[in-house]
Parts: sequence; C-alpha cells; structure tokens
Amino acid sequence: MNRFKIILLFFLLGWLPVTGQTVPEVNFSQFEPWLKKNNDTTYVINFWATWCKPCVEELPGFLKAAADLKNEKVKFIFVSLDFPTQKESRLLPFIEEHAMNEQVILLNDPASNQWIPKVDPQWSGAIPATLIYKGKNKRFHEGSLSYDELITIIKSK
Amino acid sequence: MKKLMLSAVMMALTMTIFGQGYKPGDEAIDFRLKNVDDKMVSLADFPDAKGFIVIFSTNHCPYVVAYEDRMIELDKTFKPKGYPVIAINPNDPKAFPEDSFDNMKIRAKEKGFTFPYLFDETQEIAKTYGATRTPHVFLLKKEGGKYIVKYIGAIDDNYQDASAVKEKYVANAIADLEAGRPVKVQETKAIGCSIKWKK
Repeated sequence: MNRFKIILLFFLLGWLPVTGQTVPEVNFSQFEPWLKKNNDTTYVINFWATWCKPCVEELPGFLKAAADLKNEKVKFIFVSLDFPTQKESRLLPFIEEHAMNEQVILLNDPASNQWIPKVDPQWSGAIPATLIYKGKNKRFHEGSLSYDELITIIKSK
Repeated sequence: MKKLMLSAVMMALTMTIFGQGYKPGDEAIDFRLKNVDDKMVSLADFPDAKGFIVIFSTNHCPYVVAYEDRMIELDKTFKPKGYPVIAINPNDPKAFPEDSFDNMKIRAKEKGFTFPYLFDETQEIAKTYGATRTPHVFLLKKEGGKYIVKYIGAIDDNYQDASAVKEKYVANAIADLEAGRPVKVQETKAIGCSIKWKK
C-alpha cells in the first residue's frame, strides 16, 4: 500500500509541470543554493512581484530572452516577492495569463534585512532587481533591464 | 563590436544611478514641499521638534499599504516625544497615475493621516536623500541647528505582520537617541517599490 502511495506521488509530481507550473514557497535559506550554482550555466535571477509595475513592464523582454536562449546554457529563475496570502489569487493566475514556463519561486521571508545583502551588498531592496551569474562571474542590477541590455549581459558571461 | 555594445550598456546602467545619497551621520537638507492641505511644509516649520521621521512613501505600493497603519502609530507615539512623521511622495505620476497629488489627498483622508504627506514633484529631495524605494525611512535629529541623519531603512523587520515584529528599527533608534547613545542599528534594507524617476 505504501509503495503504491509512493508510486502515485511520483506519478503526480511527474505530471504537475505538464499541467501547470508549480511554484514552491521558500524561505531564504531554502532559496540560497540558487545563488551559488558553480557550473557552466549562466543563471538569470529576477526579483519581481505582480504588483510591481516596472517588473511587469520588463517581463516580456525577459520571457523573450528566455525563449531565444532556450538552447543555450542559460537558466531563468523568477523570484516572486508577492504577498504569500496572494499566491492563489494573484500570482498563479498571473503566471498562467503570461504563459510563464520558466521557473517561478515564491520567496516568503520577511527578514529581508538579513537576506538582501546576501543577494548583493549593493542592493537597496527596490524591485525589479536582477542577478546574472556564471560561477564566480557575477553581475547585479537594481532597476529595469531591456531585452537588449539583458542579452548583452548574458552574452558577456 | 561586442565590447562597444557592452560598454554602451554599462554606461546606460551607470547613468541610471543617481549619486549615492545620504549615509548615517550626514547632514540632511531642509525642503519646502506642498502638503495635501495645499500648504507648503518645511522642517524649519517645526521649531520644537527634536528630529523627524522622514518617510518616502506612495499611494500605490503594496509594501507602503502594509505599513500605513504603522506610520500613523509612529506619528502618534513619537510626535509628542519630539519626532513627528513627515511622509514624502517622490513618484512620477506619469508613471503611476495612482500617485498623483489629487490621489495623495484622497489617500491621506481615507487613512486619516496624522502627519504631513508632501509631494516631491521635482524628485530633488528623494534624489538628494538617496531614497530608492518606498517605504524608505530617514530618521533625522537636530544637532546645533543642523539635521543629522541617524538611521536609514525600514520601519521594522516584518512587513507582513505587525504582530510578528521582533525589531522595531525606528523606535529603537529613537530610544538610543533619547538615551544619548549612538544608534545601534543605523541602516537596514527591505524590499520595496522602486521609485519611478522622471525621464
């Protein structure tokens, strides 16, 4: 019976990404490994929220870049700072509406004074903000990025 | 060519950063900005104040909305002790129509703000202070006729839940000042809405 449950669980987990994006809700220490991948992939970590107008404005450029670079070693992670209470009512519908296939993570950690400097010491906490890195080669930008700016930074990695 | 493009992007990025703004210990400038009652307000209008809790704020930002009641609480607690709240909206209403001066009046009335809510139309004050997001607090203390920055950052350490706050940064900083101690936590960072600068 237990084995059956485990098989069922794997079956369900395997199917979830096909039927729609799952958005893990994590605290900073659970999220932190995404900032420290040491391999030959370039990581684009975008901090955003559905209520943040400049974030939503720059999003199409990011999604286009993700689509254009889908055969390259580039991984996009969209870190949502939406209110956890609005995950079902705002975040998930937004993701569906904008056909976001890239990984979205809901970062739920109010102790922002502790974790903001760990993303980058220069970050004031304003969003949008984007960290682009490959191994030790890092670039942090507070504020919006256009498609061209983003592509140029990624290609420089 | 690639290098040229990269340096063009770098330049564009650098140009978006407006100076460094104030650090704790710096002297802050006074201002003269229009309040929601259509009167002009300056720090000099408060000769009895020992200092000010200057908060860059907006109407539209959900993080501000989460803190509005706590801003009123701060004013009620600390105005009688000599540290009134002064809220300043620096956003470009072209970018955020919700942040227009008329909407500021509506918001101030709806929430029953007990403090001035000023419009930094030219954005000069926000740029000079180095505000980047809302809400963004600058605690000032009068020293020898000057306004000295004593704390920069968040109101407290939990935007989600006022009852779960462990550290009240602004209240603690004022307690330090009142006790004649150096402020222990002089700067904090918090997630907030980026201020939209005029182009």
